[in-house]
Amino acid sequence: MKKVHLFGIVVIAVAIMVIISTAGDASSYVNFSEAKEMFDNGKTTKIHVVGELPKDAAGQVRGIERSEDNLSFSFILVDENQKEQRVYYNEPVPADFTMAEQVVVIGGYRNQETFIADKILMKCPSKYQETEIK
Amino acid sequence: MIHTFIGNFGHLMVIVSFVTSLLAAYAYFKVANEQQLDQKESWRKFARASFYAHALSVVAVVYALFHIILNQYYEYHYAWAHSSKVLPLEYIIACFWEGQEGSFLIWILWHALLGIVIINTNKFWEGPVMTVFALVQAFLASMILGVVIGDFKIGSSPFMLTREVISAPIFQIDPNFVPEDGTGLNPLLQNYWMVIHPPTLFLGFAATLVPFAYLIAGLWLKKYTEWIRPALPWSHFAALVLGAGIIMGAYWAYETLNFGGYWNWDPVENAVYVPWLILVAGIHTMITFKKSNTALKSSFVLIIAAYVLILYSTFLTRSGILGNASVHSFTDLGLSGQLLVYLLFFTLGAIILAARAWKDIPSSEREVSMYSREFWIFLGATVLTLMAFQVIIPTSIPVYSAIIEAFGGISNIAPPADQVAFYSKFQLWFAVAVAILSGVGQFFFWQKMDETKLKSELLTPYIVSLVLTALVVTFAQVFDIKYIIALAAGLFTITANVKILIGLLKKSSFKLAAGSFTHIGVGLMLIGTMFSSGYSETISINRSGFIFNREFPDEVNVEHVLLFYDDPIKMDDYEVVYKGRLKEVKGIPGYVPYQQMIFTDDPYVAIAETDITVDGKVYAAKGARLDIYQPENTFYEVTYKKGGKDAFTLYPRGQINEQMGDGILASPDIEKYWDHDLYTYVFSIVDDTQRKWSDVEKQTVKIGEQFILNDYVATFEKVETMDTLEGEALADGEVALMAYVKIEGKESTQYLKPIYAIKNGMVGRVTDTDNELGLKITLAGINPESDSFEFNTQSTQKDYVIMKAIVKPHINILWIGTLVLMFGFGLAIYRRYTEFIKMRDKGVE
Repeated sequence: MKKVHLFGIVVIAVAIMVIISTAGDASSYVNFSEAKEMFDNGKTTKIHVVGELPKDAAGQVRGIERSEDNLSFSFILVDENQKEQRVYYNEPVPADFTMAEQVVVIGGYRNQETFIADKILMKCPSKYQETEIK
Repeated sequence: MIHTFIGNFGHLMVIVSFVTSLLAAYAYFKVANEQQLDQKESWRKFARASFYAHALSVVAVVYALFHIILNQYYEYHYAWAHSSKVLPLEYIIACFWEGQEGSFLIWILWHALLGIVIINTNKFWEGPVMTVFALVQAFLASMILGVVIGDFKIGSSPFMLTREVISAPIFQIDPNFVPEDGTGLNPLLQNYWMVIHPPTLFLGFAATLVPFAYLIAGLWLKKYTEWIRPALPWSHFAALVLGAGIIMGAYWAYETLNFGGYWNWDPVENAVYVPWLILVAGIHTMITFKKSNTALKSSFVLIIAAYVLILYSTFLTRSGILGNASVHSFTDLGLSGQLLVYLLFFTLGAIILAARAWKDIPSSEREVSMYSREFWIFLGATVLTLMAFQVIIPTSIPVYSAIIEAFGGISNIAPPADQVAFYSKFQLWFAVAVAILSGVGQFFFWQKMDETKLKSELLTPYIVSLVLTALVVTFAQVFDIKYIIALAAGLFTITANVKILIGLLKKSSFKLAAGSFTHIGVGLMLIGTMFSSGYSETISINRSGFIFNREFPDEVNVEHVLLFYDDPIKMDDYEVVYKGRLKEVKGIPGYVPYQQMIFTDDPYVAIAETDITVDGKVYAAKGARLDIYQPENTFYEVTYKKGGKDAFTLYPRGQINEQMGDGILASPDIEKYWDHDLYTYVFSIVDDTQRKWSDVEKQTVKIGEQFILNDYVATFEKVETMDTLEGEALADGEVALMAYVKIEGKESTQYLKPIYAIKNGMVGRVTDTDNELGLKITLAGINPESDSFEFNTQSTQKDYVIMKAIVKPHINILWIGTLVLMFGFGLAIYRRYTEFIKMRDKGVE
């Protein structure tokens, strides 16, 4: 076997390793029931849940609770199956949080009741495009 | 009035530029294929004329759009959506490329200019290279064409009228309605980096076309080896500019945008990092080929890949496919189909051309020796390629989902949950390999090596770098094994390349030293990244043992601190105090505290409450008008103290930005030391409109007496008679009194100055509201019989900010490394370009 073949094999091996690790570390989009199921089955991988913030009759986002020192908060997220879940997040409330059209939480259940987000992503409708004439 | 002419002119010029680019492509195609000299010359004349006409029409389009933005023709959607009346000139320029259409346009403009350079510097290559150029221009011009055929829309024109884009009821009443003001450049983007980063990045994008075009020309005319020489200086140029564009973006993110760090492995960042790596790998194989006639095929693959990846990154950021995955991609303009055609055309075109020529491309059958130059450089290029591969595979996850769903499947794959950790764990080791190889490889590059020679050459850098590593590990306390390895690798490539550099400078010319400089830069960048990211430390941490809820009692640390106004807290080695809010005022250096200003209904105007002095000089007298620079910007004064003395004061910025919700957009302030940065930003603030004030409390006080105001001890010091009230002189029989109430805080003393006036026979009271202290005080009445004064007071929570502070050690090494790298590329461009000119003038090319 020529050295060049050996070299090729090593390169391919690294490439395959990269693909496998990507597949292994890739997260998934799930709903809260699936996330709970994963927790119950002992899987602790971090998952993405896409949802919306529930609004009250006056159109205000309901269910946001700040900690006493304002340094962390929790909120209710409604997933695609309309299941409501309280999500805890160890950061102060982000600036445009209540404006978000859609919120993606990355994290997981830590026990039967508690869903903790490590990161939240917000999709804001008006972020880069104007749609209304004032 | 609607200025229809300029828009129609612009739109016409877009169409002209599209048509002329097609003409130029056809004519240059003829130039390249034509064998008869006189025919070739006449085609060349026509082709040049077409391309110059194209370039001219592009300039005209740019002019038209700029004219619309500069003159604030808000009847045009582009001006309305991206500009506004109050923007200073530099940001009006930046509005140009805030939108997708404008950024396409700047890209097209760069291509046109580079095309002109190619025309004037090439003889042989002009025809085929410019064919590729003109074709690319046709594709790009089609993106802003804005022509609708039936249901089919080609391109999105920047010259659409606001009424054509937005269906507001006002346009049905009055079609000629022109909006008063634009919605403005997003305040987040109002920064000098927005002025220089996008054009630099797009010049980098444009420059990658040049080596690709030479490559296609080489395949087409069967000049499989000759294209390398002219392509090489341009590859260096592309790597330099694209690299500079990426670093500018990183620095911008770090210094202003507050993404937390300089690199977050966001898909949009990755999308340009990957082609840059591949381009650099391509440069290495091209150099190998020039030195020893090997690695030609890999040069073909890499240069094609680099350009295709640029197109792919364009597709990712502009098609809307990244959706939730990125914080900074463009909105979808419905161009994804067109972008896909553009991507596939050049990808498949290049692959087909290369595949047809593949067996004719010379390759070396020689077995590669471990002690050969090409082995080491090729190894380096391979590692760079794998490094890019590792990034692009996960970055493309949204694309896999889109493909699966396009075929009716259901995909729920998401990007890795912790992107930074995921990418870093691979990229660190690739970077270590790159550093080691670039240290060793340089020795092979410059001399013939065998085993003994290699040992003797490597011994010194090996020992020196190990000693240096040991020293740094000890003094900088680097105890994590992976960081020790990264440090050693970085120091090794630096010492090895410094040794080479010294050798080169001794005996040959300076311009050959490009390789040493670039690799020293890489070493420095690796070390700087290792320290600033690996040892980045949040010092605003609160280890109080916070728990989420009763069901989940695990303790976690809180990474922010809450600073009440004038109330110092301990943080790391510092004592930190929040000292209030400030604004930037035109003509006054630094910032002006809220407490020295009286705000008016116009957000751009305030009145000086006292004389405003900076360093002993009075900049504004009491009562003078103050022009506020950018009213949406508020600065929060935070003083760091060490050992009881003020160490430094930072002014992190907050933008109250309606476009982004009513929250605050933070921009950090950084205290820079030679060996670390202290990065501070305000995460959130008190919303004054949401404050709840207590019920009014009446207090009767005599002059000189103390009384309690909320948490403070207040002293009623004196009452002064005023000569003027709200800028107007008082007439006879009119009286105005200002009470001075001194508030002693923990750190500073402040005065509240309510006013009691009798004017036109009426009693008027001016309440002094201090949002920072959380106090409102009104001089309600005067009791001459008891010599006392009545105050109405209200209180609320004191002002506070929630703040985060991070120490980034040795980040300067990273920035210095990037400069050294860029310098090296600059030197390489010079060297390779002179080589090309020499050969061209000999008539070889």
